[in-house]
Amino acid sequence: MTEAPAGLALRIEHLKKSFRAPDGEHTAVIDVPAFELRHGEQVALRGSSGSGKTTLLNLVAGILDADAGKVWVDGRDMAALSESGRDAWRARTIGYVFQTFNLLQGYTALENVMLGMMFGRGADKAHATALLDRVGLSTRLSHRPRQLSVGQQQRVAVARALANAPKLVLADEPTGNLDPRHGSEALELIRTVCREQGAALLLVSHDPAILARFDRVDDLAVVNRAADMAPVAPPLAGVV
Amino acid sequence: MNARPGLWLIVSRSLRQHALSTGITALSVAMAAGLVMAVFAIKSQTYDAFTGGSNGFDAVLGARGSQLQLVLNTVFHLETSPGNLPWSMYEAISKDDGVALAVPYAVGDNYQGYRIVGTTPELFEKFPGERGIRVQAGGRFFTADAREAVVGSVVAQRTGLTTGATVNPYHGLIFDEAKRHQDEYTVVGVLEATNSPLDRVVWIPIEGVYRMSGHVLRGTGKNFRPEDGESIPEEHREVSAVMLKLKDPQAGIYLDQTINRQGTRATLAWPIGRSMADLFDKIGWVNRVLELVAYLVVLVAAGTILASLYNTMNERRREFAILRSLGARKGIVFSAIVAEATAIAALGALIGYVVYAGILALAFVIVRAQTGVVLDVFKMDPVLWLTPIGMVVVGALAGLVPAFKAYRTDVASNLVPAS
Repeated sequence: MTEAPAGLALRIEHLKKSFRAPDGEHTAVIDVPAFELRHGEQVALRGSSGSGKTTLLNLVAGILDADAGKVWVDGRDMAALSESGRDAWRARTIGYVFQTFNLLQGYTALENVMLGMMFGRGADKAHATALLDRVGLSTRLSHRPRQLSVGQQQRVAVARALANAPKLVLADEPTGNLDPRHGSEALELIRTVCREQGAALLLVSHDPAILARFDRVDDLAVVNRAADMAPVAPPLAGVV
Repeated sequence: MNARPGLWLIVSRSLRQHALSTGITALSVAMAAGLVMAVFAIKSQTYDAFTGGSNGFDAVLGARGSQLQLVLNTVFHLETSPGNLPWSMYEAISKDDGVALAVPYAVGDNYQGYRIVGTTPELFEKFPGERGIRVQAGGRFFTADAREAVVGSVVAQRTGLTTGATVNPYHGLIFDEAKRHQDEYTVVGVLEATNSPLDRVVWIPIEGVYRMSGHVLRGTGKNFRPEDGESIPEEHREVSAVMLKLKDPQAGIYLDQTINRQGTRATLAWPIGRSMADLFDKIGWVNRVLELVAYLVVLVAAGTILASLYNTMNERRREFAILRSLGARKGIVFSAIVAEATAIAALGALIGYVVYAGILALAFVIVRAQTGVVLDVFKMDPVLWLTPIGMVVVGALAGLVPAFKAYRTDVASNLVPAS
């Protein structure tokens, strides 16, 4: 199949990625024959440490280049785009929630959300404010990340990921740095807001409590045939 | 997509986050910009002031010798006199058809280091300068046969002399308390500031110089000391120089030809500004050295911008990776760093005006105190807008290296810990 059928937020076909180890050997990290996610669908990927979760999400987001295979996001072949084209497509169609939040420390909560919009559909202060209000941070707009609790930081990250009304939200262990109660709240928030905005959600986690909340849970060890060979840590940049 | 607001947000937040290094780097740029502007502006302004500081006179006639020495001594009241001219030569030049005004100067004494110049009332009555010459309220010019003095504004300011005060001249051009003349002159007027070397002079009638106790007139080769009430024969009279206002430039060409090329007794410095321009040409290498130093300081400032940004690149790799993950193109990250370097340079260039003003104020005070020449500090010199533009361009160029490093930041490896 070379065309992405309508109705799919994400389609992966024969995706392969390998890294060169310090000894010069190439180690396959990703080998996904096929994977699909429908618009609005919420899927959890169960993956243990070293299963290539982050690498897979980075390939989907166009942050990493694949060795082979194709990734369609909202019908667009990411490999067919130039690097700047991928950046633009990512900004408009993909929201990314990180385990470590990845908020910019010098910026306020509002600026963090607006910054994401500036590279996507354009800065809209009213929309950014409404999103932060939606995640319960209407009184923390001018706070910097260090002035927020970890739970509040993750909520800012969620608001930022959804700021451009993406078609696909990628969440990489989004509750990994939160205690169970805040983790549960954050997950519910992500799922609810994605549902409200019609965004598909692809969440990777190894936490059984998180995975249990999803109707569809795929095992990365099955999806990714290279999972058992993936290195524990990703190789250094630029050795691809 | 409009990334420009994002670019500005990234730049402004980074400048705020690195406020200390931004401030220090901007100050180094300010020093460089201020120094460059000051070097070029002071050069230009001193050139204008010294080549145009003749107060309306066109030429100076003096003893045979260096034109530059003649101008420095007569117009700027610096240097020693190259010698004297007989009174008859003053008489002859004043009657020349091409001469509109001839004013004799006789020097040789000082008051507390300020030069005393003997002259005729014509200097004040027919002063050819555009703005004329006036005494401050309550004063008047001296009369030719009285022991009266008129003091320049700087002299009055520095020595406290006012109308009604008395002064005793000191022999020679350098102040020596042991060489005090007994003659006493009454100050009858203080000149309004002319912003020229005239302000640093004590003016007395030229007759007073001839009759000063201890002065010996050697116009004929024999010593002559006039007794009180005794008239001084012309052959004993001498002048140090004659300031000349010519009727037209052709007169200058004619006098230059007859006095400098055909004559052997005197020197004509004409036009006055040319002698000073020649001096500036001769010391042009000093300016070139100063310019070179200024350019080197600019290079150092550019290096400071480069180093200060480059040193933050490692700690900012994650920031760049996050921006890229949000959809910022590589070009935006690159542009943000170049814009940051440009902003630091622009900030420094703005502060540079303060540095420039400080240096120029200092130069203004020193030059005025030493020569009486006043620099036109408000003169708009092209260097005042070319330098800031140049600094901004240099700053942007200095930002290219760190920007390229930021451009090459690998997103995936700087985003998150390994899964």
